[in-house]
Amino acid sequence: MERLQEFLNLRQLPCGIGSGFLIPYLIMLIAEGMPLLYLELAVGQRMRQGSIGAWKIISPYLCGVGVASVVVSFFLSMYYNVINAWAFWYLFHSFQDPLPWATCPLNSNRTGYEEECEKTSPTQYFWYRQTLNISPSLEASGSVQWEQALCLTLAWLVVYLCILRGTASTGKVVYVTASLPYCVLIIYLIRGLTLHGAVNGLVYMFTPKLEQLSNPKTWISAATQIFFSLGLGFGSLIAFASYNEPSNNCQRHAVIVSLINSTTSIFASIVTFSIYGFKATFNYESCINKVILLLLNAFDLEEGSLTADNLNEMKDHLMATYPQEYAQLMPQIKNCSLEAELDTAVQGTGLAFIVYSEAIKNMEVPQLYSVLYFFMLLMLGIGSMLGNTAAILTPLTDSRVIASRFPKEVISGVVCFMNCIIGLIFTMEAGNYWFDIFNDYAATLSLLLIVLVETIAVCYIYGIRRFEKDLYTMIGCKPNWYWKIMWAFVSPLLIISLFIFYLTDYILTGTLQYQAWDATQGQLVTKDYPGYALAVIGLLVASSTMCIPLGALVTFIRKRLKRERVSTVA
Amino acid sequence: MAGNYSTQTLVVTIAHAELCKPDAQNAFKVRISIKTALGDNAYAWDANEEYLFRAMVAFAMRRYSSKSTTQISNVLLCNVTDRVSFWFVVTDSSKNVTTVPGSEVEAAIRMNRNRINNAFLLSDKTLQFLKITSTLSPPVEPSTPVWIIVFGVVLCLIVAGIIFLIFSGIQKHKKKNKESTERENLEEKVEVTLENGIPCEALDVKAGHINGVFAADDERFTSL
Repeated sequence: MERLQEFLNLRQLPCGIGSGFLIPYLIMLIAEGMPLLYLELAVGQRMRQGSIGAWKIISPYLCGVGVASVVVSFFLSMYYNVINAWAFWYLFHSFQDPLPWATCPLNSNRTGYEEECEKTSPTQYFWYRQTLNISPSLEASGSVQWEQALCLTLAWLVVYLCILRGTASTGKVVYVTASLPYCVLIIYLIRGLTLHGAVNGLVYMFTPKLEQLSNPKTWISAATQIFFSLGLGFGSLIAFASYNEPSNNCQRHAVIVSLINSTTSIFASIVTFSIYGFKATFNYESCINKVILLLLNAFDLEEGSLTADNLNEMKDHLMATYPQEYAQLMPQIKNCSLEAELDTAVQGTGLAFIVYSEAIKNMEVPQLYSVLYFFMLLMLGIGSMLGNTAAILTPLTDSRVIASRFPKEVISGVVCFMNCIIGLIFTMEAGNYWFDIFNDYAATLSLLLIVLVETIAVCYIYGIRRFEKDLYTMIGCKPNWYWKIMWAFVSPLLIISLFIFYLTDYILTGTLQYQAWDATQGQLVTKDYPGYALAVIGLLVASSTMCIPLGALVTFIRKRLKRERVSTVA
Repeated sequence: MAGNYSTQTLVVTIAHAELCKPDAQNAFKVRISIKTALGDNAYAWDANEEYLFRAMVAFAMRRYSSKSTTQISNVLLCNVTDRVSFWFVVTDSSKNVTTVPGSEVEAAIRMNRNRINNAFLLSDKTLQFLKITSTLSPPVEPSTPVWIIVFGVVLCLIVAGIIFLIFSGIQKHKKKNKESTERENLEEKVEVTLENGIPCEALDVKAGHINGVFAADDERFTSL
């Protein structure tokens, strides 16, 4: 049980949580997360085999489900470690005073700041130029950035160190990687709630936004977040549950783990939103101060005559008194809005780095908070990577063909080395665009499909009455109507509707687009994916989803051949 | 006599107004933000402060050109606003009613910027000479970037850990191999008759032995 809980705590991915996200998140947790978690644990415990074997027992046509899970884990491990490389980069750069993302670097003749940095903010400049050295589009691949490559190698070495001795030692490492983030979160909670303007962020978090609720993308990302954080569909839950005693009360565990998981997520999002509130308030106040300074200088007014409170009346007064000069100034006067600052998109891994580093640089003793934050990010990231690599290594070390010839150190080493080499793609100048492709498409659709097939297989192919009986023999109590309704109707229907939303959204928008960084303007612009990128996306989605029908087809052909051989012999 | 004096003052005043006006040739605009810089300790900008300013500019001119000819009266201030901002020119006392070229004034101010700032307890940002750009000081950079040092330390620790674990694993493996070969040598002495992989003593010849592979078959496949 403890191993299971440790493992499940691994899955806390620090993805940004949008405002008003709470409602879809909680609904998805109750409708999808808890029932599916219970389902996977029960299947593993009953069948006493890893994911590939367990589904074969339920129906020989379903061997593809396990394979699809392994393929998804493989894709995930390829790209996820780049996040750890970035976290290392930021961590190493936190030991400077002032922080490198606090101010712009000077231009070559030292008369002002770098042009690109002037147009955008120092934190964005640090992320896009000094960390990623991003190219203007996906086609311009550029060269491998040696600094990022070094950090990526280090990240893989850390992962190798932890999985070197097999899942037994990984368990001990997981104790550290799972508990440290809680300590840091508590420190940040205290710091975050005492920051000026934190309340704005919290208010923003708890007010539901109707436009966001009607957008299917919010629901899909809530569902994906639940799947990711609970580890559903990766096959690892089934593998771990198969080591449990048959009489283990997996129903209680499923409920407890989901509740712990969701409390942690809400706790983390309270911290996140208090920091967002601080950052947004700070930016809002700087914006207002800039406008005040501009007006003071243009009209030579006394210092202190313009404050945030009387700004609007004074603006009207000035517009009336000096219409011409005011009209000249108009393009430079920005409309500062707290809402707009809070709305600046709260998703994507890059933004998580930018927003947090921006908030941190304005705190006192920023180096301390920066080190703490990126260390926590590293712990969470390494923890997730360990779970992933364990999911890939288990079938490899279980298969007698490979395990008999090579010791597990060599197998782990080869897997880490290959993933590291492939990961170098993401350290190129256009690497972040490829990273976004993998992040958006490698796991989302496939996970939904895998989970859907799992639910339908257990409820309709294996039979829900048979499953009920198995659970009764194992844990001594029958699942009540909540579980049965969720398994049989609500979860599959929800997933199918998510699928339909996804596909209609894709069909309506026509082509897929991505955000590219334009250095001349200092902001993101939308571009279309080139042909080969679309092919890669298709390949990613197809290679994991096609495993399921292919597995069924292969089993069907094998059975046919066997039947023919038997009939010819007889 | 009095008439002469008043005509002279009139001439000087007119000359003053001619030379020092916004956007005049060789004139510079200065903007001062005392409250931003000093907050509660801010002093008021009055005639005394203006006098100090003119003295500092005269000082800068003297230091730059090392001629002792610039007097405080050569520095003219005008158009003082509430912001506090004003224009100033430096007149040339050797030539009548002309101003010192702007490039010289700029160079002089640049050279003595620090002294001028400190006289007013201000900085480059709060005492702005609008046409004179200040040279920004670059941040202090150590010879090796700090991040590489930290990276090197962490890398060495991790590699040391990996090597240690690999070696201890190899040693454990060797020990296990030695133990198992010893055990095999012992076991070969005891012979057991085996039938189909099952020792004969365990077989019940009458009742038979249930082969587990076929027993649970009914449950494993879904019924048709």
